[in-house]
Amino acid sequence: MTDQLSLTFAALADPTRRGILARLADGDATVNELAEPFDLTLPTVSKHLKVLQRAGLVTQTRKAQWRPCHLEPAPLKDVADWVDRYRRMWDSRFEQLDAFLVELARKETNDERQR
Amino acid sequence: MNASASQQSDTRHVGAMSIRVRSDLEIEMRRTFAFPRRLVFEAHSKPEYISRWWGPRGSELISCDMDFRPGGAWRFVVGKPGGQQYAFRGEYKEVVPPERLVYTFEFEGMPGSITVDAITFTEHEGHTTLTCVSRMDSIEARDAMLASGMEKGAAETYDRLEEMLGGISGNSE
Repeated sequence: MTDQLSLTFAALADPTRRGILARLADGDATVNELAEPFDLTLPTVSKHLKVLQRAGLVTQTRKAQWRPCHLEPAPLKDVADWVDRYRRMWDSRFEQLDAFLVELARKETNDERQR
Repeated sequence: MNASASQQSDTRHVGAMSIRVRSDLEIEMRRTFAFPRRLVFEAHSKPEYISRWWGPRGSELISCDMDFRPGGAWRFVVGKPGGQQYAFRGEYKEVVPPERLVYTFEFEGMPGSITVDAITFTEHEGHTTLTCVSRMDSIEARDAMLASGMEKGAAETYDRLEEMLGGISGNSE
């Protein structure tokens, strides 16, 4: 069984592949265009693209190198949703903890004074 | 604060949470507070303290039972006045004041999806950095959590790509 989210993470684990995705987020690009900013050989870019394609993150209309690659955002949305759920929960928790710490610190100071 | 923590230049400011994905099952949250860690840890240690900050904004902690020691159980019920209630439970695994706190976390509405939260408290010049690594116990549990009532957020994926993925280090575990 293929676990989609884990496949996505594995594909994203490489900085070059994240760079390729960031580039494709600006618009479709050919393999040549993708190779340029990273100073990579075409076979290396193709190898990374294959991993991204297997994870469903990138599609290419045809195998030919001059066909533009296209970012598929759907798998990334799962990652974003996962992170967002934690972000919402912990952000409000931390904000409230911070406010409570002001009180707790004040209470301790008062307790010390009364001693 | 140890040397490695002070080398992490990205999250040294007080007041803003950072979040990053550590692996396909782990998320790390980090936040710095302008208080000594003894105090930050203490805020986690008693029901009358926990009930002041733990629930989501606008909700109350309706009940808060906790046996704050390794192996001790905890159960919090969160709700809005006159509204729906949600119960969470777990077990304290490690209680090491004022350094470290590890507990399991389970939403009773979704039994079986267990998360382990490992919180470390580090202090530097009177400020405390709280780091929580939240680890789902399985891929199935994570996906069940994702499938359940996740708001179809309008998360602008592209905008957040870098932020989200900056810390991914691969399936290291």
